[in-house]
Amino acid sequence: MQRERAQTIYEKSKPGRRAATLPAAEVPEPPLEELIPAELLRDEPPRLPEVAEPEIVRHYNKLSRRNFDLDSGFYPLGSCTMKHNPRLNERVAALPGHARLHPAQDPKRAQGALELMWLLQESLSEICGLPHVSLQPSAGSHGELAGLLLTRAFHADRGEERTKVLAPDTSHGTNPASVTMAGYEAVKVATNERGGVEMDDLRAKIGEGPDQVACLMLTNPNTLGLFDENIAEIAGLIHEAGGTLYYDGANLNAVMGQSRPGDMGFDIVHVNLHKSFSQPHGGGGPGAGPIAVSERIEPYLPRPQVVRRDGDNGHGPFFDLDLERPKSIGRLRGFQGNFGVFVRSYAYILSLGADGLAEASETAVLNANYLKARLAEGRAGERLPVAFNRHCMHEFVLSGKPMKRELGLATLDLAKRLLDFGFHPPTVYFPLLVEEALMIEPTETETKESLDAFADAIERILAEAEDDPGVAKQAPYTTPVRRLDEVKATRKPVIRQPL
Amino acid sequence: MTRYTSATPADRAEMLAAIGVGSTAELFEQVPEPLRLDCPLKLPEGMSEAEVFERLSALAARNVDAEEQVCFVGAGMYDHYVPAIVDAIAQRSEFLTPYTPYQPEISQGGLQVMFEFQTAMSELTGLPVSNAGLYEGPSSVASAGYLAMAATKRRRFVVSRGLHPHSRETLETYAVGYGAEVVEVGLSGGETDAGALAAAVDGETAAVFLQSPNFLGAVERVEALGVAAKEHGALLVVATDPMTLGVLKPPGEQGADIALGEGQPLGNRLDFGGPSFGFFCATEEQIRRMPGRIAGETDDVDGRRGFVLALQTREQHIRREKATHNICTAQALNALAAMVHLAWLGREGYRELGELLVRRTVYARERLAAVPGVELLHEAPVAREFALRLDAPVDRVLERCAERGIAAGYPLGREYPEYEDGLLVAITERRTKAQIDDLAEALGAAVATERGEFPVDITEKSPQGVG
Ligand SMILES: Cc1ncc(COP(=O)(O)O)c(C=O)c1O
Repeated sequence: MQRERAQTIYEKSKPGRRAATLPAAEVPEPPLEELIPAELLRDEPPRLPEVAEPEIVRHYNKLSRRNFDLDSGFYPLGSCTMKHNPRLNERVAALPGHARLHPAQDPKRAQGALELMWLLQESLSEICGLPHVSLQPSAGSHGELAGLLLTRAFHADRGEERTKVLAPDTSHGTNPASVTMAGYEAVKVATNERGGVEMDDLRAKIGEGPDQVACLMLTNPNTLGLFDENIAEIAGLIHEAGGTLYYDGANLNAVMGQSRPGDMGFDIVHVNLHKSFSQPHGGGGPGAGPIAVSERIEPYLPRPQVVRRDGDNGHGPFFDLDLERPKSIGRLRGFQGNFGVFVRSYAYILSLGADGLAEASETAVLNANYLKARLAEGRAGERLPVAFNRHCMHEFVLSGKPMKRELGLATLDLAKRLLDFGFHPPTVYFPLLVEEALMIEPTETETKESLDAFADAIERILAEAEDDPGVAKQAPYTTPVRRLDEVKATRKPVIRQPL
Repeated sequence: MTRYTSATPADRAEMLAAIGVGSTAELFEQVPEPLRLDCPLKLPEGMSEAEVFERLSALAARNVDAEEQVCFVGAGMYDHYVPAIVDAIAQRSEFLTPYTPYQPEISQGGLQVMFEFQTAMSELTGLPVSNAGLYEGPSSVASAGYLAMAATKRRRFVVSRGLHPHSRETLETYAVGYGAEVVEVGLSGGETDAGALAAAVDGETAAVFLQSPNFLGAVERVEALGVAAKEHGALLVVATDPMTLGVLKPPGEQGADIALGEGQPLGNRLDFGGPSFGFFCATEEQIRRMPGRIAGETDDVDGRRGFVLALQTREQHIRREKATHNICTAQALNALAAMVHLAWLGREGYRELGELLVRRTVYARERLAAVPGVELLHEAPVAREFALRLDAPVDRVLERCAERGIAAGYPLGREYPEYEDGLLVAITERRTKAQIDDLAEALGAAVATERGEFPVDITEKSPQGVG
């Protein structure tokens, strides 16, 4: 990786340098003050960098070499499904018919795009086992907010106003944050000794006021990588109380073609297209978080909704944007959603097909269980026990508690030392209920060799720590920078280049 | 083996043996039996790469894109030229395929780009604090509402009708959740009605929302309009177009507490509406209430300069139900594209592009307003987009222009019943003088034909038959 001292593009700027070439105006060029009143004009242009194109290219290429990425190595970041990003998908998304299509184009001149969206809706509906889909949410957390607003609309339509949303203590941070944003109170439900929902606690929390329970948000398999064995009973309890059941589909990669949230009794599911459906993660987006919903939630779906209308007079079907949705919660964003992401995900679904999707999930589960078995051997098995000892789905969680106690090595130290071995560390310190947690999700696109190499690296790091824990505690050594002072960055934030 | 996997039968056998099970089916036994799918999904079989390419190309071919039609449609997303280096850099694996930089030691590239982006957006808007980007424009507006409620402990928003209709609707959708009321103030002469705005703002108002240039293209007098907000202690939120800030006074110099908007014009394609990004800048006072990721500068243990995610205690992964926002995955790659585009434009190029847009826009506006049957919808100053009134049914005029390969603009009647005869025309640096002149001619012919001044073309097109 690139190890020069960091310099920003602004520090490479010199007055008079430039990269931009612009067309000539071709039209009269009076002073701007004759076109726009002077008091509405800017005095000084913003201080953007002044750099010629060759140096801009070098600058960002060098920066790119200060990143670790999925195309360079194993990235077992739990809950994030870092699977291969097919380059075919980039190619089809870049076709001018997709990339240069204006979102306000008249539907009759955007039939291909609307049909693609409709086909993706149909595919996700089948995969989730729920009859209706909205592609609008921009990411998982946006889907969660949508689901909660749908819940509110559903109850309001029945003359009810409920106040509480339940979610297990293993839930992702976006769940409770979305609950607050949607105007509800977040109520935490405990986890049992098998890693599932603690049924007594669930009953108790419902019992405090069944008519106040708006929704239960559940991730299944949950963030421990475990499928909740009591799912049917959980669904029954919530529905009996009159609440909706929300499925956080971040972990759908475990169950595609194997089991369906709709069949489990869920009303609303979000799907992270940037996880299960291979949209590249982009360093933190873009993604998309479509939602699939049951019949009773459908009337409230965001508008516009992509619909297929039967053609008349011998014409084929017509795909349209339905804006006439009187009970809709309204828009969640501009235009129709992250269409470029839809193109990639639909290409992925076409590539794999029904059998391929099922096999992807099967292999994801196989890979996770294999890596779990490898890490149950040797030193890892002693120092990093699995938090819940049963077969996992697509990911599993280890606890670094014995490692910390016996070797003085925190999970953070192990994660940092893994960087020197050329691996992206697992998700660390999440879920919160596992002490010194390491959450490992290999995905189906990794070879057995990568999984073995990762297990070997952990073994070596633990062996090294038995000799000298100081090595890992000071790690990493080979990265562009070493451990950074995060406290300083928050206490005295410097969040822009002073100019 | 299926697509993109590599477990051979031999690998599988070894792996199953290591796990201690006879088949993967045993691993799925934790799924209660009745919930296990016993038949394949009703989806087609997988296809070869070439077939997938052909299938998606065929769908793409059924869209009329800005390569086939000269695009004068804007309404929030614009057909700008994206410099080649933007694609070259944004498609690099190192930027395309990692995730959120939770491990800063191996994410310095992405974090530094965020830092540079924040600096650029802060410069553009004239406000000191910028985040690293949100989903897109309208949801950023709704996020500003959430911030304003937290900052003022009030629950009422006053919103100009010049704010993008999608932004107004998104704000209302969110407001139902977090419990706020949205009050709309109308336009007069294309600009926000200052008297009505002043009357609508009161001591319960959390924020006043303006857009400049507004949806009709008018450059608003933000400073004057913002006085009412200041007097009542409400935040002033200004949505803006980042392609105009090389010439227009930035919101931060006009009293805005928050400046935000749709980032698409910077480095991003039309993409039928996304992915793009939203930018979000604010005053120092709001730094700990900001939504989204923020990169900050710091040092490593050896004293080397580095970057990390700063102020994470605002965020959902730390604060859960007490977070200032629920956003997690945002639009980092789209913000990166914007940063590279801005670096390419540079200080001078950015200003020149802004000037070019203003001059061509003014030229186009005058040219089109001179067409018989066409007049200005308002006379307020404009920067890159303007509104006309047509003395003929707008949809039919648009259809006639489309037949000549021109997307003449956005029919305002879609969102503004009061402007049923309105047409919104957008200009980018791609729209040449010759294209503008062609548009004038096509528009003139179409309006004349519709007004019965030319022989009417009686061939009716059924909607399904086109494109
Ligand atoms: C379990 C879980 N739920 C929700 C989310 C939120 O999804 P997004 O980041 O797309 O908003 C994530 C991932 O980030 C997740 O892992």
